[in-house]
Amino acid sequence: MARLRATLSGLGPALVVGLGGLALWEGVVRGFGIREFLLPRPSSIVGQLIDHWPILRHAGWETGSIAVSGLLAGIVAGVLLALVTTRFRTLDEGLTPLAVAVNATPIVALAPIFNAWFGITGTLSNQAVVTAVVFFPVFINTARGLTDVHPDEVELMRSYAAGEWTILREVRIPNALPFFANALRVVAPLSVIAAIVAEYFGGPQDRIGNVITSNAGFARYDVAWAAIAVASAVGLALFAAALFVERASMPWRLATGDGESLTTPGRE
Amino acid sequence: MTHDRRTGGASTAPAIVVEGVEKIFNAGSADEVLAVEGINLAIQPGEFVSLIGPSGCGKSTLLRLVGDLLAPTRGTVSVFGKSAHQARLDQDYGMVFQHAGLFDWRRVAANIELPLELRGWSKADRTERSAQMLDLVKLPDFGRHYPRQLSGGMQQRVAIARALSFEPRLLLMDEPFGALDEMTREHMQLELLRIWRETGTTVVFVTHSISESAFLSNRVVVLSPRPGRIHSVVEVDLGDRDDDTREDPEYFAKETEIRETLRAVEDGA
Repeated sequence: MARLRATLSGLGPALVVGLGGLALWEGVVRGFGIREFLLPRPSSIVGQLIDHWPILRHAGWETGSIAVSGLLAGIVAGVLLALVTTRFRTLDEGLTPLAVAVNATPIVALAPIFNAWFGITGTLSNQAVVTAVVFFPVFINTARGLTDVHPDEVELMRSYAAGEWTILREVRIPNALPFFANALRVVAPLSVIAAIVAEYFGGPQDRIGNVITSNAGFARYDVAWAAIAVASAVGLALFAAALFVERASMPWRLATGDGESLTTPGRE
Repeated sequence: MTHDRRTGGASTAPAIVVEGVEKIFNAGSADEVLAVEGINLAIQPGEFVSLIGPSGCGKSTLLRLVGDLLAPTRGTVSVFGKSAHQARLDQDYGMVFQHAGLFDWRRVAANIELPLELRGWSKADRTERSAQMLDLVKLPDFGRHYPRQLSGGMQQRVAIARALSFEPRLLLMDEPFGALDEMTREHMQLELLRIWRETGTTVVFVTHSISESAFLSNRVVVLSPRPGRIHSVVEVDLGDRDDDTREDPEYFAKETEIRETLRAVEDGA
């Protein structure tokens, strides 16, 4: 309860800055007479948000579903591959350079090709883009957390006659949790971005990406902005979920004051 | 577990026998290193033996050979009459490092209970034992804390409690107090001596501190620079030590003897 209150009061400054920014935006657009199609006023964006709510809510939900399903698939794939490469060194030597090479490819550029592979009308190709984007940071960070273990800790476990599996369970996996959590903070909002960019290239027409492109195409920029607002709300929700998972999975970090701030990196 | 192992008399078999041991790292490659060679050493049950020498002399290597964390290139190591490997599998020794090596994600009590968990002890037995161990290292109220909430000296005491939790007959310590400040270190040394007296455990203690080796040990094994060989063994008999011992002329004499031996070693004598 005290924690909740602390969290809420921590949001105070952000709320003030956010509302102040919106007020400034509104004032600048009105004061300088900036044309609506260049930069709509926040008040007209909110108006469009209300007017088009059923469409936007549906689009937000659908895009969110693509992001979440692609995200989960990418997390599972990244974690599994990290576990496998840590367990079998030879695989690590073969797969890690390949994964780096794949990551150097701008994944969203593959969206049109994924459309050809997985079909342009269904959601599978969009989900595949999200999965491909999410996979790499999860894989690299988790693999690093699994291997970046203090040598004394491994020797200690060996002194208990512990085998590799026990060391994995008792040392490597808990050690990797903060690294995994950092990856999660990055990929949770990234999954929404990837989903929307993928939607620009194809897939069903009732999604955020298509709402943005079609309304921008008809110069209804305020509606496009309203869709962007929905997208950022979805991204924020996923980021909040990532933080929740992080805190719930690592009670020791809360107790020792680590992980309190939104920007804390992994272990030193 | 009896408490008279130390006074068991001359008939007792040695706790550790190291015979003709040599260790080469990266054998056959360009960065091959001969770490230790020609090591012969016998340690009696209940003895407190320190390994000291210039840095890089292989004292930690020797400790790891005893613990079967490294395998010797040549020679044999036996612990309690069996191979070092079997002794490790039987979990005959507890290990303490300079880095306390507590797991952040386990509470203090759960850290102490880890070796017991791996041995399949029941929850009730583990809880009882970790409470006893916390009393032994004078941290009775810290079982529910996480390691990072403790100071460095307290963490090291937990590491010692963890190493002792399953009542090993042998304690291997690799510069366990090296990272502590002087005051904490002196306190920890007394604690260790008290625990050693109470449990009758055999201790092999790696240190680079001359005063520490003189204060704690029955015997100080002085190693030469790489490749590490046993240069000489200094016998120390200071009886029951306390803080006054640190100002005892006999203690100073031993410290001087060890220092001069180390100088001779560095000069290649």
